[in-house]
Amino acid sequence: MTEKIVVHDLKKSFHHLEVLKGINLTVNEGEVVCVIGPSGGGKSTFLRCLNRLEEPTGGQIFVDGYEITDPKINLNKVRQNIGMVFQSFNLFAHLSVKKNIMLAPVDLKLMSKDEAEKKAMELLDRVGLSDKAGAFPHQLSGGQQQRVAIARALAMNPDIMLFDEPTSALDPEMVGEVLSVMKELAEGGMTMVVVTHEMGFARDVADRVLLMADGVIAEEGTPEQIFEHPQVKRTQDFLAAVL
Amino acid sequence: MTLFETLQSAWPYLVDGFRITIEIWIFSILIGIVLGLIACLMKMSKFKILQAISGVYVWLIRGTPMIVQAFVVYFGLSQAAGLHLSPFMAGMITLSLNAGAYLSEIFRSGIQAVPRGQSEAARSLGLGAGRTMAKIVLPQAFKIAIPPMVNQFIITLKDTSILTVIGLAEIVNKAGQYIMIHLDYFQTYVCVAFFYLIFTSLLMILAHYLEKRLSYDRKNSRS
Repeated sequence: MTEKIVVHDLKKSFHHLEVLKGINLTVNEGEVVCVIGPSGGGKSTFLRCLNRLEEPTGGQIFVDGYEITDPKINLNKVRQNIGMVFQSFNLFAHLSVKKNIMLAPVDLKLMSKDEAEKKAMELLDRVGLSDKAGAFPHQLSGGQQQRVAIARALAMNPDIMLFDEPTSALDPEMVGEVLSVMKELAEGGMTMVVVTHEMGFARDVADRVLLMADGVIAEEGTPEQIFEHPQVKRTQDFLAAVL
Repeated sequence: MTLFETLQSAWPYLVDGFRITIEIWIFSILIGIVLGLIACLMKMSKFKILQAISGVYVWLIRGTPMIVQAFVVYFGLSQAAGLHLSPFMAGMITLSLNAGAYLSEIFRSGIQAVPRGQSEAARSLGLGAGRTMAKIVLPQAFKIAIPPMVNQFIITLKDTSILTVIGLAEIVNKAGQYIMIHLDYFQTYVCVAFFYLIFTSLLMILAHYLEKRLSYDRKNSRS
């Protein structure tokens, strides 16, 4: 299997607060890695370091063999390959759903307007929102917005997708529709790193689960290992609290 | 004399003055917008020195009355630097500097009012900082900034009247000339007030229209 993401001794501090204390991780092509753990444990910060929305203070990250922590790297180029979905959707408020999806491929001259429009309609169909192409983000429910956000990220044809608590801001009845889109994506072979509180999703879909707490990976393993036979006390405590 | 008769009689003076008022106003807000953008970008840049220059500029303008600024530019520069500016030039410089300082703060708060997640989403898609600014942040910031911007345009329009003190032949100045002959203080100044009122009202209507037109967060927005 090809190594898609390699993280070596990643550290991140905000002023004097050390949030990540040396993370090591390898994600293989097509693998779905779920990151669970208590709030404030560094999960989101870790994910945001992977496309350098957060600037790491130490360590190295390699994507497809390129060191993206190299200050000389063309970060915009790297990011085109890494889709990201945010907790708060972050759809462009002034653009229609279709234009949200078309913006990046057209602006970065990867597609003509027509191609991008076709792609947008395909993706909307895939997330079940063809009828919302002309709507504005505020006219959609949270679940619909998040599905559009996924379509927007996919429009760039990324081969890695990062999800930062994609269902945490949703009403409970909308969680399922977003998770099922993500599940389909996983089944289609996308390499995914998902920070989530949805234990059911992690158990069903993940190839590997990491428990992150206090800035380190406390434990990692298959969903079965983590959920059925957790070895570390930190994991046992966390799971006892959430399950 | 009725108000209407006064208006008729003073019309040549008032129209002449109003033309100057509008001219200096348009030039000043155009230059002010450019100055405001520059000062805003400087303030938001990462270079401390640029931030400081912009900060001092805004501090000086906001902290002093415009009438004093006009005196410094018109009389002061002439005495200290031998720079003899026409009242129109001096007035335009004063008004532009004034509007620019306030507009820079308006632009900055508009940009800062756009949620961080909007630019993070754009950056995560691979758009550079400049493209993100141009396609995502500025269009949204512009909409947020329209009401305070138009408000500043209205203030600048009214502030042109201060320039009568350096002899600019704008509408208040011309009204004064008319009154010196006809001694009709009350009705002439009421006419002047109407001139301003009509124009500022038009601006408010325009602002309202623009806001509606650019609205994407209302039920009736176009798709």
